[in-house]
Formats: sequence, C-alpha cells, structure tokens
Amino acid sequence: MHFNLFVLPFTAGMIILSLLLTYRYIKWLIDLESGDLKRIGSKILSIKTLKALREIFMESLIHRKVFRNNILLGYMHMSLAFGWFLLIVFGKLETLFYTGRQANEIYYPVFFRFFEQNPHQTGMLIIFNAVMDFLLLMVLSGIVVAILRRFRPGIAGMKKTTKHSLGDRMALAALWLIFPLRLLAESATAGYSGNGSFITQPFGNFMHLFLPLQQLSIVFWWMYSLSLGAFMISIPFSRYMHIPTEILLIFLRNWDLKTNENFTGFSEIEVQSCSRCGICIDTCQMSSQGKNNTAQMVYFLRDYRYKQLQPDLTDNCLLCGRCTAACPVGIDLTQQRILQRKKNAFKLPQGFHYLPVNQPSGEADVIYFAGCMSHLTPGITLSMEKIFKAAKVNYLFMDRDGSVCCGRPLKLSGQHEAAKKLVEHNRQQIILSGAKTIVTSCPICYKSFREDYHMNIRVLHHSEYLNELIQKKKIAPLPSGKSVVFHDPCELGRGSGIYEQPREVLNHFAELRPIYQEKENALCCGGSLGNLSIVPEERCAIQKATAKYLETAHAEVIATSCPLCKKSLAQYSDTPVKDIAELVAASLTVVAENPKILKHHKVQEMVEIV
Amino acid sequence: MKDWGYSILKGRQIDIENNDFSISRFVAQHEPSFKWCIGCGSCTATCSAARLTGFNPRKINLLIHRGETTNLAEEISKCMLCGKCQLVCPRGINTRNVIQNIKRALNNCHAL
Amino acid sequence: MNTNRQHIIVIGAGPAGLEAAATLGAAGYPVTLLEKENHTGGKLKSLHQLFPGFRPAYEVQNYLDGRLEINVAQVITNADVISVTTENGKHKVILADGQSMNGDIVLIASGFQVFNAEKKEEYGYGIYENVITSPDLEAKLKSCDPLTSANGTTPRKIAFIHCVGSRDQKAGNVHCSRVCCITGVKQAIEVKMQLPGAEIFNFYMDLRMFGQNFEELYIEAQQKWGITFIRGRVSEIGENMDGTLQLKAEDTLSGRPMKMNFDLVVLLVGIVPARQTLAIGKSAGLALTSGDFLAASDAQLSPNKTTTDGIFITGTCREPLSIAETLTDARAASVSIIQYLNERQKKSECI
Repeated sequence: MHFNLFVLPFTAGMIILSLLLTYRYIKWLIDLESGDLKRIGSKILSIKTLKALREIFMESLIHRKVFRNNILLGYMHMSLAFGWFLLIVFGKLETLFYTGRQANEIYYPVFFRFFEQNPHQTGMLIIFNAVMDFLLLMVLSGIVVAILRRFRPGIAGMKKTTKHSLGDRMALAALWLIFPLRLLAESATAGYSGNGSFITQPFGNFMHLFLPLQQLSIVFWWMYSLSLGAFMISIPFSRYMHIPTEILLIFLRNWDLKTNENFTGFSEIEVQSCSRCGICIDTCQMSSQGKNNTAQMVYFLRDYRYKQLQPDLTDNCLLCGRCTAACPVGIDLTQQRILQRKKNAFKLPQGFHYLPVNQPSGEADVIYFAGCMSHLTPGITLSMEKIFKAAKVNYLFMDRDGSVCCGRPLKLSGQHEAAKKLVEHNRQQIILSGAKTIVTSCPICYKSFREDYHMNIRVLHHSEYLNELIQKKKIAPLPSGKSVVFHDPCELGRGSGIYEQPREVLNHFAELRPIYQEKENALCCGGSLGNLSIVPEERCAIQKATAKYLETAHAEVIATSCPLCKKSLAQYSDTPVKDIAELVAASLTVVAENPKILKHHKVQEMVEIV
Repeated sequence: MKDWGYSILKGRQIDIENNDFSISRFVAQHEPSFKWCIGCGSCTATCSAARLTGFNPRKINLLIHRGETTNLAEEISKCMLCGKCQLVCPRGINTRNVIQNIKRALNNCHAL
Repeated sequence: MNTNRQHIIVIGAGPAGLEAAATLGAAGYPVTLLEKENHTGGKLKSLHQLFPGFRPAYEVQNYLDGRLEINVAQVITNADVISVTTENGKHKVILADGQSMNGDIVLIASGFQVFNAEKKEEYGYGIYENVITSPDLEAKLKSCDPLTSANGTTPRKIAFIHCVGSRDQKAGNVHCSRVCCITGVKQAIEVKMQLPGAEIFNFYMDLRMFGQNFEELYIEAQQKWGITFIRGRVSEIGENMDGTLQLKAEDTLSGRPMKMNFDLVVLLVGIVPARQTLAIGKSAGLALTSGDFLAASDAQLSPNKTTTDGIFITGTCREPLSIAETLTDARAASVSIIQYLNERQKKSECI
C-alpha cells in the first residue's frame, strides 16, 4: 500500500468530481426530450458510435477546428488536452508495467515518481520515464502559449480573448499551476533519488546544488496535489465543465440528438460544453463593427450558467449564425439564443383574432409569396412577375395586396405561441390554393415555410426557383459580361444551406467574383430581424461595414437575394445593389418558344441595356 | 366652487397631469429611440395589422407618451413583429424593440 | 500693397457665386469665377418659375448674367475644381484637368445636389415609370409641353410626396431641406393651372411655410385651387396592372390608414451636400456641420467665414436656402470678405 498524507487533496477532488459528474449526467439524461433515450438506444451499437469516438479524438484532443482557426491556438489546445490525456494513459501503463497489477490506488499513477524512487531503472522504465517527461514538456509548452496569449491575444490570431469571471480565473490559475508544480515535485525527487528523465533529472540535479530537496520535495508534492484537487473540484462550477461534457455531447450528437423547439437536457449539455475559447467574439460583427463586447455567445452562455442572464442581453443578437458556423464545439448557438428568448416570452393575451378567413379564388401551379419586406423593394416583386410571365408560369401572387407575416420574426423573438397562430393562418391559405409549389423572395419566410409549416408543397426560395427555370430552359438570361459579387443572406445561407443555387444563376449571365468572407463565413448585412435591442448606430455601423467590405471585390454590381439585405446594403454602397431576380429579369428573353431568338440582332441591343 | 357639470368629462380628457407614466418611462429607458417619433404615420401606413384591424403603432406611441394605456395589452398583441415599420421609419426608431418593451412593461405589471 | 490687387477666386457660378462675384467685382476686386459646367446659372437654369410669386426663373438669371458681364473680368467655365490647399496664406485651387491657380481669398459657392430618390426603393423611382421627382416635373413645366403620364395620357390624379430624403435618418439626412414644402405647393398649383380637371394631393409630415407669402400661397392652394393636403408620410408605392400607382399612407389626423391610386406621383426630393463640395471642403481642412454641409466658424456672427483663414462659403453649400435667401447670403458673404480684407490691410500697415 502506497500512501502519504499529501495524496488526500487529489483523492478528495477526484471523488467529489466523480460524484458530481455522475449526478449531473443522470439529471441531463432524465431531462432529454421524450424519444431521445429511444434514439440513443437504437444508435448506440451502430457505426455512429465509432464516428463519435473519432470526432472526440479529432476535436476534443487534437482540436482540429481550432487548428484551422489558428495554428498556435490549435497547438495550445492540443498540447494541453492531448498531452494531458497521454500523461494519464502512459502514467497508467507505466504503473501497469512496473507493478504488473491492474488495480492500484487511484492516486498511484499520478504520484508514481514519489512512490517509486528506485534509481536503478530498467530498459523499459527508462523509455516510460522519457515519454512522461516529454509529455510534461508538451503540456508545459501549451501553458506558456496560454499565458502569453492572455496578455497578447494577437499571437494566437485573436483580437480579443474572453473576459472571465473570478471563479473561472481561480480555476484557470489552478490549471496553470498543476504542471509547473508537477515539474518541480518530480524534479525535486529526482534531484536526490535519481529517478528522473531528460527534463526532470537535470533540473533536479540543478536544484540539488543549492536546495535541501529531501526536505523540500514533499512540499512540492503537497502543492501539486492541492492544485490538482482544487482544479477538479472547480470543474463542475467553472468553464472547465466543458471537458467532460463535450465528450458526452459528441456522443449524443452523433446519435442524432439536437436542440429543437424546447430547452432540454441536451440543450443543457450544449451550454456546459462551451469552453469559452472566445472564437465567437471575433466573428461577432457587433463586436468588430459595433462596440458591443458583452452580448457574444460566450458571455451569453456563461451568464446563463451562472444564472445572471438579462433579457436585454438575450435580445441583443443578430442571430446571423456566424458564431454557430465558427464554434469549434459545434453548439447550435443560434437556437440556444432563441430558446432563452422563449423562456422570457410574455404571458399576454394573443391578439390575432382579426386575421381574415378568405378562401383564395383561382387556381395556380405556383404561388408567389413575396414576403413583407419585399413590398418595400418593388424592384424584386416586379422582376419576379416579369420572370413568371416570361416563363409562362401559371402563378398566383398571394400577397400582392398585403400579407400576413410568416411568423418567423415572432419566433426569433421567442414568442413561439403567437407565431404559431400566424403559421396556421398562412398554412391554411397556402394549402387551400391547391398549388404544388410556393416561391418566396424572402429568406426569412423561406426558412419558416421549410421548417415550421409542414406542408406537402415544394418550398423554394426564388434563387432556387430561378436556377430551376434556367436549367429547364424556361428562361434564358443573356450574358451581360458584368462582374458581380454575391452577398449571402444569413437565413438563406447559414440558415438554410442555400449557397450554390444563386451562384449558379449568376454564373449564367455574369462574371461572379469571389470574396474572402462568403458562404458560411459571409458577413451579416446588419438588417437582421433577429436583433431586437441593437442600438440604431451600431446597426448602421454593421450595415456600412458590410457594404464597404463587399465593395472591395470591385464588382460592378453587388448581388444578393433578400429584400432586407438589399435595403441594408443599398443605403451605404456606392456600387449598385441588386437582387438576383432583378438581374435575371433585366437580362431576359424567352427561348422556350423560339430558340433562334438568341441569334436575332435585337438581342445585342438588350445586352446593351443590361 | 359649484360644479355645473360643464368641465371635460373624466373619460374624455387626456389627464396628462394625473396619468401614470410608468410604461412610458420603462420603454424609454430600455429603448431610447421610443422618444424620437415625429408622428409621420409611415409605420401605420405600412403595417400589415393596421389594414385588418384598428392597430395603430403611431397612435400607441403617442398615447403611451401621454400616459394613456387603457386596452394597451390587447392592442399591442395585434403586432406581428414583421418589422416593416422599422424599415420605413424616417427617424430610425427601433420600433420592434419598442413593441417588445411595451410588452415587457405590461408583463411586469401583470406579474405584480 | 494695393487692396484692390487681392485676388478672389469664387468656386461655382450658380446664383450664390454669380451674385457674390458681381458684388466683389463691383467693389473693385479682381475676381475669377470658376464653373464646372459649360454655362453659368447652376440649378437656377433648370427652374421654371420661382416661388412664391411665380416669377420666371430666367428673369433672375438674366439679372445675374447682366451684373456678371459688367463687373467680372474672368469667368472660366468647364473648370472642375477638385481641391483647395493653403500655403503661406495663399490658396491654391486645383482643377480636375491638372491646372491650378492661386488666390488670396477663396469663396466656395458650389451649391448642393438633389437627393437620389432611387435610395428610397419603396417609392419606386427608377422602377415605376410614373414616379418622377420635383426637378423632373420642373423640367417638364419649363418645356411647356403638356404634362402626361408615361403612356401619354393626361393624368387625372396626381400626388406630391414631401420630405423625400429630408428629415430622414435612414437616408443619412436629419436636416430639413426648407424649400421643398413651398416647392410642393408651387408645383401643385402650376400643375392645377395646366390641368384644371386634375385632383391633386400633397402628403406631408409637417408644412414649413416660413417665408414671406409662403403661408398665403399654401392657403391659396387649398382655397382657390382645391388642392388637398394630407398629413401622413407615404410608406410605399405599388404599381397596378395598368401602370397607375397605389400609394399607402396614414391619414394621421384621422388616425386611419389610407390607400389611393394615382396616375402620377411627384417626389419632392431634398437638398443634400454635394459630394464634390465635401471633397473640396476636406482638402481645405474645413469643418462640416452635423449634416455634412460646410460649417461656418460662427453660425450667428460670421456665417460665411470658415475655420480656415481666407476661405469663405456662401449659398447652399453651407445650408439649404431658397433663391432669394441665396442671393442675400451671397451679398453678405461679399461684405464679409471686404471687411476681412480691410482688416488685414490695416494690420499689415501697422506693422
């Protein structure tokens, strides 16, 4: 039996951590959405579990996504996580090899060098010793980067690092101390007993020159044990809870669990998986262009965890999804924000009794729902009508005289119950029309139709629809030779995954210019309906910055496919901003009937006009 | 003094001296642009709800500023939060957050 | 040094520049008047009649041209000024073609530009054929051709929309352009004179009838000409199948939304700072007002002086003004320059 009093802090920490973790895991699993447990049961023995293991290795240990963000930042995370992981694994193997027994005291591998001060190292033990020293060096190098980065964020490619609370900073201090103390303790022991390896031995020998190591080493071991114990006890109460939780999250996500309409145990696991790395701070345009440094997801989740979340902060988010796209942990941050808003929803009467119950007359194959905002951008609606006519489509302009909102803006504000009333109303109208396809010009309506309406009708955004019309040769835009840069609307791109269709449309008749921040990384136009409480000046700053950024592509036209984006950008852009529907309509001629028309000389004139 | 019954009837008068301005103060504190309105009416002109019912965002704003909040909860619940008013407002008022904060103020009243 | 040899450069030959150049020339100063267009008169040239008395704009133009001919020796047209710099108390005016000239005094009278109505897409300018701006209408009135809709028919219902691009934070213009209210009244009457059968509606937020006889003209528009004024800003314009326009506003005085059809809609576009003026102002290091007009060193006591010694401003480059106000302002600026030169002269004599 190996024992010394100093092992107690570590052992106590370990036991407390295990108990707390078990309790929390069970609680979260109980809080899962009904059906989630069944889903886990059916997936647990499938290939998905292997996939999860691979993801855990790649993301939780190697931190691949962080590496992609910045190499030094990736190295810092990897050396700490993977290095520590290997220390544990090799520590265990070392004791296994040394004692030949599988079961040891839980603290034995951690304090191995204290308990086994045998200087006559055999071949295999020399290798183990060297490996352990190397791993310690690896972890220490990561800590050096971490400390440097705290003071100079720029060295790890970040403009701002997370500002942590006091508890988190204490946990951080404990974490930073663990490995330097381990180095001191092991070196001190090596200094007088000679059981070190290529780092600890020379360092120990050096200390031995002027320090009474035989007496002093026990102090270092105590401190090492204390820092370990302190850190482990702090885990459930600090951001470091992300370490055990993220692993659970990866398994559950691979078993197809996700956060839907309700805040469940899974959502809680997502919250706790946030490591507060702060990558979401730099991606947030409210931070980079506005002056807001408190509402980013890292702070939002932190405030929620510490039960300090204020409604104003919850509301102050564009819901653009840039942070969700960048999050190395893969948390559905946008949905988290919406669900917190839902918790704040008002308990007020619902007042949509006035909605008309007209039976729409007339039959059509396609219903066109421009969306509220498109009424303020007549260039889009007029172009769509022109295109429908050119393609000889039997269509109905459902909201020509005005519309009832699709419900998504209410939902984005957390008022799901009120939103449902609008959804149900529009849904009835659309289904009653008997149309097989509904086309909308508004990405917000589009996302709502696709996800909330549950209709047995094809839902298309006009960028998809135009692409289809072109591919089916119902319309043939004439090449204009103009250079165009495309701005991805948040709800269409990150929100609905429509990136290629609008680009294909543009490629038919224009020269599409790439720009660095596009597709998943596209900037938000700032006009987002997702943010309720942003101050007008900050909104303007974002709108202006995005317009100016798009101008750096030096294209003749900035194209987009959202009325809100169009209005936001047009305010500040010197380059004309056009919806792709306008560009298509302007370059139109019908070829379905008479393909020869392309050769007609008038075509040239039309190209000029375009 | 003898009351001849010729003064303004209680229900008719905007009793600005005795009205309760707590909602007005709450909204202005949480969304300062609430104060910027010049009453042009473009919000009501474009409002989808206003064409179907008596909802009138310009008037709601004005009445709250006067401390008149009868039926406010019912009126405000007619808003679909679509945001067209925000796009047409020449003063750049954050109209959606004004609505949101009126609701929040009412919600807080109800909770008390 | 002879006072009269102090060389004054006036930038812009609109009403402000013409009147100031003539006044300074008459006082004996050598003046060079630079104009970027190939003619003098600026936007006065495109006006039909002036409010509130319907005086033909050419009368004022003729008066200004006449004074110019007598008093100013050097008028350079097609002179596109891009910047003004100062060195050792001398000012250098640089033109787009690379030429430059030096002056002791520079008076900027480069005017304004009209708000680009396409920026308010909800009004459909540039999209709907029957939406025009007030300068478009002025040109039509000046041409003396009969006023028609895009399809050539006589419009029966015409709307004027006030404050397009003025008092509009979204458009970046918080300021009131001052002259559009009375222009709307003037143009409405002119249209009614031409088309007595037409119904005319003016949609406004506030009517600012500050000038002499402005309020009288507004009353006349209602009483004599039957023009209807509706207090409500138009939120958007839609187009009907037949090309007529559907306009949405709230009648704020009755508190209810309204929807009306029109054959022709006129947008009363505001006065905004000219881009080129901004560039000149920036090059000369001049301060700007919150609305990006050129700022005076003292709004009450020296409205025509700038923060840079020897550079003066007049007319609509510093704030929206009517023609009458512009001419008054130009004369004030001239007096201000003469006083400044006299004082400088005295100082140099003392030394």
